[in-house]
Amino acid sequence: MNPKPQYSVMLFKAVSYVLKAEKILKKEGLPHKIIPVPKYISSDCGICIRFEPAMQDKIEAALANKVEIEETRTLDN
Amino acid sequence: MNRNIIYFDNAATSWPKPPETVTAIQNYLLNIGGSPGRSGHRLSIEAARLVFDTREKLVQLFNVSDPLRIILTRNATEGLNIAIFGFLKPGDHVITSGMEHNSVMRPLRAMEARGVDITVVPCAIDGMIDPGDIVKAIKENTKAIYMTNASNVTGTVMPVSDIGRIAREHGLVLCVDAAQTAGCYPLDVEEMNIDLLAFTGHKALFGPSGTGGLYIREGLEKRIEPICVGGTGSRSEMEEQPDFMPDCFEAGTPNTVGIVGLRAGIEFILDKGVAHIKDKEEKLMNLFIEGISDLPRVKLYGQKSVKQRTPAVSFNIDGMDSANVSLELDEKFGIMSRSGLHCAPAAHKTIGTYPTGTVRFSFSYFNTEEQIIASIEALKKISK
Repeated sequence: MNPKPQYSVMLFKAVSYVLKAEKILKKEGLPHKIIPVPKYISSDCGICIRFEPAMQDKIEAALANKVEIEETRTLDN
Repeated sequence: MNRNIIYFDNAATSWPKPPETVTAIQNYLLNIGGSPGRSGHRLSIEAARLVFDTREKLVQLFNVSDPLRIILTRNATEGLNIAIFGFLKPGDHVITSGMEHNSVMRPLRAMEARGVDITVVPCAIDGMIDPGDIVKAIKENTKAIYMTNASNVTGTVMPVSDIGRIAREHGLVLCVDAAQTAGCYPLDVEEMNIDLLAFTGHKALFGPSGTGGLYIREGLEKRIEPICVGGTGSRSEMEEQPDFMPDCFEAGTPNTVGIVGLRAGIEFILDKGVAHIKDKEEKLMNLFIEGISDLPRVKLYGQKSVKQRTPAVSFNIDGMDSANVSLELDEKFGIMSRSGLHCAPAAHKTIGTYPTGTVRFSFSYFNTEEQIIASIEALKKISK
C-alpha cells in the first residue's frame, strides 16, 4: 500500500514574512504555493507556504538567516 | 488635465503624478481590490504582494537592509508622531533645529508639556544649521535629535551626515524628517547614520496623499510604543498588539489603494534615478532664481546656491502681502503657489519672515523651463 500523500506547510509570524519568503523561493526556483493557514493548525487568519515534504531542507536553507520561520509541519492530504 | 495651469506647489503635494501612478491605482480598484494580509484568497494575496513590494522599493531608495524595517503610515506626520510620542519619556532631553515644520515641532511641544526637555538649536538666516551647535546642546540625558532633512520653506538641505556622525559618537538616536527630500534628494540611512526616517508619499515620491512611512533601525522598535493598536491580520488569537515589525505599528486596514499608487511613483523614481530628477529640478530652480534675482522689489530667502537645496524657493515682493501675491499669481496667471507660514513658524522666525510669511514656489520633475520663464514674466508684472 502506498503511503498517504502528504504536504508540508511553513508558518510565519505575519503576512509580510510570508511574502518575503515567497520572493526568495521564487528567485531560487523552489516550487511552493501560498495558502490560507489550515484552521486546525492555527486560529490565525493569515497565510502560509505549502510545498512538497521532500523540498523542506532546500526551502529552509534558502530562507535561513533571511526570514524567521515560526514552524514547519507535514500534514496528510 | 488642465494644461494652462502652472503648478508650483509640489512641496505641499506633487502634481501631476506620473501616469503610472494613476494607472496603478485604477488597476487596483478595477482588478484587485482585496484587503492585504487579511484573507487567504488570491486577490488578498495579490494586494499584500503589492504592499510588500512597496516596502522593497523603499528600501532600495533609502539603502535599508530589510523591507520589514519600513512601516507604512498615512504621511510623514504620523511617522514622526510614532517616533516622538512612542519613544520619549518625561525626563528625556532632545535636540531639534530652528527650521522645523510643525510635524516635528508640535509633537515635541506636546511632549515638552509632559516633561521632556527640548533644545531648539538656532539656524542661520539662510536656514543652515551648524553641527557644532548641536554638539554644544548635548546634555547627560539627551536621548535623540529630531530634525528636518530639508526645510519646506527655504529648501535648505541640512548636513545630516555630519549630524548622524555626532549622534553615533554620543549614542543618540537620530530621527530625520524626509518629507521634502524622499524621492528628489539622495538618502542613505547607513551612510547618514539615520535611525528613524519619516517620509511622505504625496510629495516627491509621486504617490497619492494618505501615504508615507517610517524606517526604524533594527532593535529600536523594542523601545518605541505604538500610538495606534488594533487588527493586524497576524496573531489573531491574541488580544494584545504583536511586538514584531512591521505589524506592531500597522494596526487597521492600510491605505492599499494609495500604497499601490505610491509603489508606482517610487518605481518611476528608481527608473529615472534620483540624481537625474535632482539635476532637472536644480536647473529649473536655477533658472527661476536667476530670473527674479534682479527684480528690485523681490527679496529671496534661503541659500544662494542651488546645490544644497531642494526645489522650494521662498520670496516676498516688497510692500505686498504674500497672500495677495499668491492670489494674483493664481487669478491672473494660472500659477499655483503657497503663501504664509507653510506650517513652519520656527523656520519663518529663523529667516525673519514671521508672522507675515513668504510666497513659496516649489518645483517638480514635471515642471518645464517654459513654465519658469512664464512665472518670471508674471512676477515682473506683479512687482512693477
